[in-house]
Amino acid sequence: MSHEHVSNTAGIWKVFFILSAVTIVEVVLGIYKPDSLHHVHFLGLSLLNWIFYGLTIFKAYYIVWSFMHLGGEKSSLRWSIVLPVVFLILYLLFILLTEGHYIYGVFKDSTIKWNF
Amino acid sequence: MEATVTTANSEEKTWGGGNEPMGASYGKMMMWFFIMSDALTFSGFLAAYGFSRFKFIETWPLADEVFTHFPFMHGVSAPMYYVALMTFILIFSSVTMVLAVDAGHQMKKNKVILYMFLTIIGGLIFVGSQAWEWKNFIKGEYGAIETKGGSILQFVKDGKQIALADFAVKLPRERQQLTRNEATWFMEEAAMPSYTVAEVQAGFKAHPDLLIRTEVITNGKQKTVLSRAESEERLAQAALVVEGANLERNEYGNKLFADFFFFITGFHGFHVISGIIINIIIFFNVLLGTYEKRKSYEMVEKVGLYWHFVDLVWVFVFTVFYLV
Repeated sequence: MSHEHVSNTAGIWKVFFILSAVTIVEVVLGIYKPDSLHHVHFLGLSLLNWIFYGLTIFKAYYIVWSFMHLGGEKSSLRWSIVLPVVFLILYLLFILLTEGHYIYGVFKDSTIKWNF
Repeated sequence: MEATVTTANSEEKTWGGGNEPMGASYGKMMMWFFIMSDALTFSGFLAAYGFSRFKFIETWPLADEVFTHFPFMHGVSAPMYYVALMTFILIFSSVTMVLAVDAGHQMKKNKVILYMFLTIIGGLIFVGSQAWEWKNFIKGEYGAIETKGGSILQFVKDGKQIALADFAVKLPRERQQLTRNEATWFMEEAAMPSYTVAEVQAGFKAHPDLLIRTEVITNGKQKTVLSRAESEERLAQAALVVEGANLERNEYGNKLFADFFFFITGFHGFHVISGIIINIIIFFNVLLGTYEKRKSYEMVEKVGLYWHFVDLVWVFVFTVFYLV
């Protein structure tokens, strides 16, 4: 191990607190689903779903950066892990979701009834 | 040759081995790259789920109406609570894991033992919870009708979904469940539903206050409830009685919904189980003092990385299946 390790118990509990708080917020929003968020759309997705995805990324950041200690690694390791994942996932999501939406349109406007 | 030297600390033994250009040991770095590839695998599954969901965006099941169970609260609709509890269990076992890694850095063997033990227990509770969730999902609660066109019809009374058992009538049956002991030993069939289509149709006729709910989602993000006349018309096209869920059909709606649920949560559960097994192996190594002799608890750190990854995947599965 190349870097010095000091005990970081306080930091660990702080991250646990953050993750728990975010999860509680998600659950409360998921149960009440306020109309002002749930029925207002932005870029084809309701504001509530945008919040859920944002909080998920926020939690993922803390897990990877703090628990998995990626934040303390060399920047070459950091980038070689994060960059391919982020790029490929965004790319894949863009392709598949666009295609899924297109197929939805095809079936909506045609007379075919098809369910598999 | 300065330009080709990849590490700052070993100029004279660049080709002698032992270089760590990324500042991480071989094992740890490979664990990171394994995690990266596994993350891409899971992303592929979740993106495929998103694809199918976008394709059937108007008829996809609503999670709030599917996952409504909580232990010891039978019949109470409690969406979210159970899965939130599971999430907390997994986050907490992640915390104990990182505490074990932290204790390992300070060479405190007894603390590592305690925290790894707690991590294993947390993992076992999580897998058990997932098994319970699967059991409820497979068993189903209300039952539904599948039409000739493959749509799912559910039944509502006063705006609340009602089980087939609450209104279906009993008609005399000619058909019996085929079991091995009643025919040739190699002949059997899938379990027959508790009611036939005719029994459900007769029960529906006998209860004029019942209505049918289709899969179609309205602008208010609710499932469409048909009028009585429309309901009768749709029910005339009934083909099958569906109870619970399997890989072919499910009472919640779109067939792919159950397939993706089983596949993605199953694959995640498989990761949790393998994580528990690896944790147990390392736990015994800690007990035996292997890492004390090695003067490094890096192995605990490596399995810790895997364990946190399992937690990380769950964060996304939780959002995609239960929240959105």
